[in-house]
Amino acid sequence: MLTLSGVSVEYDGAPAVVDASLAVEDGHVLAVLGPSGSGKSTLLRAIAGLEPTAAGSISWDGHDLAGVPTHKRGFALMFQDGQLFGHLTVARNVGYALRLRRTPGAAARVRELLALVGLEGYDDRLPATLSGGERQRVALARSLAVQPRLLLLDEPLSALDAGLRERLALDLRVILRAAGTTALMVTHDQDEAFTVADRLAVMRAGRVVQQGEIAEVWRAPADPETALFLGYARVLEGPPAGVVLRAAGLPGAPAVAVRRSALVVAPTGPLAGTVVSGRITPEQIRLVVDVDGVGEIDAVARLDSRPGAGDRVALAVDASRLAVTPAGR
Amino acid sequence: MTRWSSLSRPLALAALAAVPLAVLGVFFVLPVLGMISEGFWSGGAFDPGAVLEVLGRPRVHRVVWFTVWSALAGTAFSLLLGIPAAHLLHRRSFPGRRLLRAALLVPFVLPTVVVGVAFRELIGEAGPLGFLGLDGSAGAIVAGLVFFNVAVVIRAVGAAWESLDPRPAEAAAALGAGPAHVLRTVTLPMLRPAIVSAASVVFLFCATAFGVVLTLGGLRYSSVETEIYLLTTNLLDLQAAAALSIVQLLAITALLFVTSRLRAVPDPSLARSTARPPRVSRGDWPGVLATALVVVLVGLPIAALVAGSLQVGDGYGLANYRALTTEGSRNALLVPATQALLTSLRTAVDATWMALSLGLLVAVVVTRRSRTRSERRARGVLDGLFMLPLGVSAVTLGFGFLITLDRPPVDFRDSLLLVPIAQALVALPLVVRTLAPVLGGVDDRQRQAAASLGAGPLRTFLTVDLPVVWKPLLAAAGFAFAVSLGEFGATSFLAREDHPTLPIVIFHLIGHPGAMNYGMALAASVLLAATTAAVLLLVERLRVPSVGSF
Repeated sequence: MLTLSGVSVEYDGAPAVVDASLAVEDGHVLAVLGPSGSGKSTLLRAIAGLEPTAAGSISWDGHDLAGVPTHKRGFALMFQDGQLFGHLTVARNVGYALRLRRTPGAAARVRELLALVGLEGYDDRLPATLSGGERQRVALARSLAVQPRLLLLDEPLSALDAGLRERLALDLRVILRAAGTTALMVTHDQDEAFTVADRLAVMRAGRVVQQGEIAEVWRAPADPETALFLGYARVLEGPPAGVVLRAAGLPGAPAVAVRRSALVVAPTGPLAGTVVSGRITPEQIRLVVDVDGVGEIDAVARLDSRPGAGDRVALAVDASRLAVTPAGR
Repeated sequence: MTRWSSLSRPLALAALAAVPLAVLGVFFVLPVLGMISEGFWSGGAFDPGAVLEVLGRPRVHRVVWFTVWSALAGTAFSLLLGIPAAHLLHRRSFPGRRLLRAALLVPFVLPTVVVGVAFRELIGEAGPLGFLGLDGSAGAIVAGLVFFNVAVVIRAVGAAWESLDPRPAEAAAALGAGPAHVLRTVTLPMLRPAIVSAASVVFLFCATAFGVVLTLGGLRYSSVETEIYLLTTNLLDLQAAAALSIVQLLAITALLFVTSRLRAVPDPSLARSTARPPRVSRGDWPGVLATALVVVLVGLPIAALVAGSLQVGDGYGLANYRALTTEGSRNALLVPATQALLTSLRTAVDATWMALSLGLLVAVVVTRRSRTRSERRARGVLDGLFMLPLGVSAVTLGFGFLITLDRPPVDFRDSLLLVPIAQALVALPLVVRTLAPVLGGVDDRQRQAAASLGAGPLRTFLTVDLPVVWKPLLAAAGFAFAVSLGEFGATSFLAREDHPTLPIVIFHLIGHPGAMNYGMALAASVLLAATTAAVLLLVERLRVPSVGSF
């Protein structure tokens, strides 16, 4: 089990990570989610032993890892762009750590790993001949080869295009579960985190602002900024929050985060408003509506309805797409 | 506990740098300091006035003025010929392009003495171009300087041109700019870092040229470098020599500092433009003309040298080559020239392994990723420190060796290792400059990936660095070998009379009267040139992009 308590990392005296405390239990996958520059990659590098910590401790099963160099930590690190060794074939890349440890039966293990990531028969290819997605699969197989105590994933899918990213995220989840790997993944993509991980830690400006079960974090963001970063479209405060919560049949609260699809055009809906603009997407029509007592807010309508700018519409609220949050400062 | 990891990096850096620093300290800083103190202390008393007195001499003014203007002229002509030729040789395709590129690189490592002899053979009174009356003129010296350095310009600017992203130029053309306008507004500004750095390095080489000026300048023209040599060996005015060395050291250190500021280190891992270069067309006439001129400039002296070496009396034959196994007429030499060639090769092997092992350590130290600003600064200082031998003239170095390493605790006076050590220091900047860009271009995350898979530092080096660095390492070895074979400045001070290297023998032979001795000098020059050219052509086959880039 990985435990971080009060870890801080500095670059030339400028804090990059401040007082971060985290834990990853064996067999779990923790996603560290944060915008770029939030210090999440630095935190990952500190865990890998690539950055010295200025304060706090990083320990594995209670043993402090300070002073243990990267190659002795038993944590495999997988980069955004794979960082395969360009002069080695796929099989030799995957078997690299096995050869280092002189593991018997390495060839069979390499074949098994390549099958796990869906690349049977790629043994003799060179990394330069692979597509971006294939390269990431090889990098994953290489990282898993010696069953690392902990797998560290640094934005493993962000260098790939959207469709591939979605597919690989699902594969990654299945592969990590199948291998029973304990993993810590750093990402700025909420969908990726949602797909792959079971726990979530949100970082902002070097601090861990929230952590917990992934659904839990989603349901109750710690503050308005976290809610916006998690994909909520707006955070309403004061009277508008009350209006929306009442319409959803929920008790009042000082602030509520609203997903884009929380308000739905419905003839019997409790809210009324004037359509400001509309845009058709393949799934639904996305509207901006000036709701009485709330102000401008996002809403959706079915594709077969035709609300135009200036039309009056009635709206229902989907309570499962709201999250009550503490008020902002 | 956290202190441990933040301290270990600087410690590891210091440990790696310790050996090269110690070598540099004993064999570079100590001799140079010895030379400086020679200028400031006379008869045991501190006497800085002597330095000023030397600097006030009219002859010194003439020497300094000649050094500056000949170096400027050499640089200007090298750029004028080199830039258009670089375009033709690196951006246009034609049959024999690779061969031509390799051939034009050869002069850069040709022994300076050989070049001096070749030019004299060409423009001397009896030579094919004797009617021009260039013998012993400043024009001949400048031509000799251009002969050497045009290769540097072609190499540095050509490599930059080759990897230039062609799309900005295409965008400008699409906006309606003609070829000349594109060149002026887009291409040349993008090439400016490469051109500026090539120009400053060429100026440096021209200003410290020794063999060419000594053999072509005769008594009329002397540069700071040859003046130091004459003052030391002929006039025994050590204080004046030291004073001039100090001036040169300061001027060149300042120039090196400026150069390092201007030097843009291109990232070799950047995607190079892979578009096939177009064929030569009518618009390429400046490049064709410049290349033709360079070929004539490089080819004529070498042809004259080879022809002269084969001339025996009124006919042609191999008598001059056969004479290489003798001591020359009237015992001009203590050992046969073939013996000197063996000494040269043996010395070059020693100098090569020394330069390589030091250079590799230095390159590793200066290219490792820095965590903190102070660490980065420390690496920067080290980088500059190991470039210093480039700025201190070989003559100064040899002179410094002579006056400091001859008494305990460092008594190397009779050691046969003195010459290879001096030559290794002369070659060191070249080795570092060949290896450092390659190592610096390795994505540090490759090393981190290897470490996270369980590879220790040595294993990481073998996995990540060695595969990219072995070719440049071989190329650097070839370079160091060639530099050592042709080194004359430091060796002329340090070589023992009974163990001369081939360049020393050649210089002796042209100083001794007798047709046979002169013929022997020509034959020995051809032999030396052929050996270095062969080494260099092997290097060229390795296709290392950063070879010879500063």
